[in-house]
Amino acid sequence: MTTMTDHEPQGTSVPATDAALAVHNLWKIFGKGGDKILGTPDAELPRPELKEKTGCVVGVKDVSFEVAQGEVFVVMGLSGSGKSTLVRCLTRLIEPTAGEVIVDGEDVTKANESRLRELRRNHASMVFQHFGLLPHRQVIDNVGYGLEIRGVPKKERRAKAAEVVDLVGLSGYEFSYPDQLSGGMQQRVGLARALAGDPKLLLFDEPFSALDPLIRRDMQNEVIRLHHELRKTMVFITHDLAEALKLGDRILIMRDGEVVQVGTPDQIIGAPADEYVRDFTSEVPRSHVLTLKWVMHEPNGDAGDGPVLQADQIVKDAARVVLDHHGPCRVMDGDKLVGVVDDEDILRVVVAEEEAPA
Amino acid sequence: MTTVVAPPRAEAKEPPPPPAEPRHLPRWAWALIVIGVWIVVWAFTKGQDTLTLGAREHTQLQNDLTEFRNAVLASRDTNPFIQFTYQLGEWFKEAVEWCQRMISIPDFPRPVPQIGWLGVTAVAVWIGLAVAGWRIALLVAASFVSFGLFGYWSDSMDLLIVTFVSVSVAVLIGMPLAVLLGTTSRLGNSIINTILDIFQTMPTFVYLLPIVLFFGIGASAAVVCTLIYALPPLIRIAGHGIRSVPSTTIEATDSAGQTSWQRLRKVQLPMARKTIVVGLNQTIMAALSMATIAAYVDGPGLGQPVLQSLFKNDVGGAFVPGMLIVVMAVMLDRTTTAASEASEKAARGRINMRQRRIVLAVAAVPVLVALWMSRFYTWAAAFPENNLGPSVADAVNSFTEWFVDAFGGATEWFKNVITEALINPMQSLLAESPWYVTATAIMALALVLGGLRALMPTVICLIGIYIFGLWHDAMITLTMTMVGTVLVMVMALVFGVWMARRKSVDLLLRPLLDAGQTIPPFVYLIPMLALFGPTRFTAIVAGVIYAAPVAIKLVADGVAGVSSSTVEASRSTGATTWQEITKVQLPMSKGSIVLAANQGLLFMLSMAVIGGMVGAGALGYDVVLGFSRSEEWGKGAAAGITIVLIGIMLDRIARAAANQDPITHNPTRRPWWRSSMG
Repeated sequence: MTTMTDHEPQGTSVPATDAALAVHNLWKIFGKGGDKILGTPDAELPRPELKEKTGCVVGVKDVSFEVAQGEVFVVMGLSGSGKSTLVRCLTRLIEPTAGEVIVDGEDVTKANESRLRELRRNHASMVFQHFGLLPHRQVIDNVGYGLEIRGVPKKERRAKAAEVVDLVGLSGYEFSYPDQLSGGMQQRVGLARALAGDPKLLLFDEPFSALDPLIRRDMQNEVIRLHHELRKTMVFITHDLAEALKLGDRILIMRDGEVVQVGTPDQIIGAPADEYVRDFTSEVPRSHVLTLKWVMHEPNGDAGDGPVLQADQIVKDAARVVLDHHGPCRVMDGDKLVGVVDDEDILRVVVAEEEAPA
Repeated sequence: MTTVVAPPRAEAKEPPPPPAEPRHLPRWAWALIVIGVWIVVWAFTKGQDTLTLGAREHTQLQNDLTEFRNAVLASRDTNPFIQFTYQLGEWFKEAVEWCQRMISIPDFPRPVPQIGWLGVTAVAVWIGLAVAGWRIALLVAASFVSFGLFGYWSDSMDLLIVTFVSVSVAVLIGMPLAVLLGTTSRLGNSIINTILDIFQTMPTFVYLLPIVLFFGIGASAAVVCTLIYALPPLIRIAGHGIRSVPSTTIEATDSAGQTSWQRLRKVQLPMARKTIVVGLNQTIMAALSMATIAAYVDGPGLGQPVLQSLFKNDVGGAFVPGMLIVVMAVMLDRTTTAASEASEKAARGRINMRQRRIVLAVAAVPVLVALWMSRFYTWAAAFPENNLGPSVADAVNSFTEWFVDAFGGATEWFKNVITEALINPMQSLLAESPWYVTATAIMALALVLGGLRALMPTVICLIGIYIFGLWHDAMITLTMTMVGTVLVMVMALVFGVWMARRKSVDLLLRPLLDAGQTIPPFVYLIPMLALFGPTRFTAIVAGVIYAAPVAIKLVADGVAGVSSSTVEASRSTGATTWQEITKVQLPMSKGSIVLAANQGLLFMLSMAVIGGMVGAGALGYDVVLGFSRSEEWGKGAAAGITIVLIGIMLDRIARAAANQDPITHNPTRRPWWRSSMG
């Protein structure tokens, strides 16, 4: 497997305190005796053969990554790729077979039951695909549920819940019941419930998959807005590449429980790790994702005095300037000239959708 | 384009390829062969070795059972187990008697109970208002007044008391078990389910004999048997409700860091609330039906006057208390159903709680006044005497006489046709063949219909029936059960298909069937006795009427459940209505039909016993006699066990024949006394 990651995760070699979340060599093997398979050659077998041989299924296979404070980290893959299992292992809704999950410097996998509850209550909240709201409670009490089980007094938790309900744009619906709301609004309730406890880490498990496309777009924008306002660290699971590219600071692509590639959106599109990723991303309009860095060429002294563009600018946004100029434009990384782009560089990507020269 | 259309037309004229010739004869053909051989053998051997046991004769085993009973009774003061059960019974009895002194019998030195009819009615109406709204309150008021008006106030109160004492204990025991069933692993589940299966497939009467032995007769036995009978639906339905809480919700709330106790109290129980109330409704209805039957063991309540009148063949006398039982059943059913709806509404905030509290508080004032008056004024304490009950009874009696005079010929003809055409030949074949011939034939049929899976339990049950020494009686009861089941299935197929195909028929019949299912089985005997007198046929018809609603609804739901696109597809091929029914709808709803037949069998079997004293004879009579005569206890117990064995045998054969999993494991399916919640 060609696995390309930003940094080779080597257990504890990276100080865990830097990251909001660090996952080291995480495994989940479903089935009886799954823990015994670990470390044997069987663990390296492809899924169907392992199933045939032992009856066990690998959900998450030796996954490592780190998420920085305030980052939106997207895990994407098709159904069955293990992404939902992965996110559940982070707060041990599914018990991982092996590995470390470090949240705020603490290894979740070693926490005892009450410590784990503590962690779920205060550090990491989750938003679910099917909302998981309590139908017998009003919106405000759904939102306040996390506070209620922590033992926050009613008055206080209602005040806090009302604040969060307002934040997600549900003012006026505090006393509605979930079944009186549309799907998008129900997911706002789910979002508010996750935010109410003021956790540092937000986990999203395909939160918008059950919504129709227009509502989904609204909700994505809502997440972007909340991220700008609150600067929470987010781990976002999705099977929708467009969603991943839209939201993610970095994207982790999974297949059959394994990490295929980790990188920023333009890295994924510009330099797919293998055929799988290349195939996966083939439909994406490159000009919407790639930055100038991926399309520029070496400055052969023809830079002259063309307009200055930044290397991390998206091609689509820079296209107008370059095409208007009728000549090479300078691409700068800060103050340093790193390359030039001309009409042909832009058109090759925008119109012909060709591969960027590697 | 035309070239594309042409080929199908050519094909349409060709007949569809004939299905491959079956390599073996179908099962029903084998069954016919077995029966044919059986009839031939019967013709030569009938009357030999039928194992007939005379009315007062006992086998050694039966005498041993009687001895066992005597030994148990003798050891009452020394045996710790008996002491325990008697102590338990004593507590139940005290609870019932305390309630009786409060509302139904004079509490010495008072000449009347502590609370008179006016106070009890007022409190009941207030409760109806509180749990279900003013319509139900009116229904409750009308019901309670009718109890007094027809002269059965204290019997009605006794029945209510026995029902509610049993239900309270059932809830205390059942809810923890339901939580266990709803939250434990698969193993715990299958253990509880198996036990519940056994309890639910046992015909009602079989509980009574051992209970009488260990708890004595009267209120204690009534409470215990009602309790045992009413417990399974609560455990099963409430457990199912808790288990059915969506796992996404559980997961989402778990991720917020709740403890398991918080999960149960704040998520699982509230979300299962509606199902739990449905379970409670079922439990109350089952309890009422059993508390009525507990009259056989001298349990207090409305069952007693019914039973006494039935013994005397007094239809009018049985009619009035029977009618009041129906009134009470309808009242309890409507109240609990409405309460479940109201609680659901309240949980969704669609009821103004503040306004409701004020209404209830205001309504409490006249209730307190009524309570106070009922303690100090005679007219409010004891229901004023009137002649309504007896005059209704007389009217019913004269109506019955007139009816029998006018239509006796028709009913008699119907009875004779069924008796001559169905009951007698079958009974003759089953009971008059030598026992080994019948046993062999039954085993062969089990093998043909259900394969080895059916043969094993059949052999074991037949051996059991032989050992307990009531072979001849068992075969007669088996005949009645089979005949009844055939009649039930005919009705179920006709009405079920009709209901499924015509919405209007469904709308018309379903409420009637629902009402039919709330009525305790006991009550069905009364009109049948009036029409047909005390014979086997009476018990069979009562059983058919008792079993038909369930079977009809099962078939109707099954046929209606056939995918409409399949039916449409068949119609588009030009099938006639008859073809549509026989070739599409019935085969595709086979599961429901087999289930209906299975339920019909079990219903008929329990009715065969209840009908024991209106001429059903055979095992039913043996059981009933076992209650009343101590020297017949052993034979009664043997008859009870034989009934269970017949039930298990028929159940296993039917299941194996349908090749399906244990049917009672599906808790969403309503248990047999009432099968749909609407």
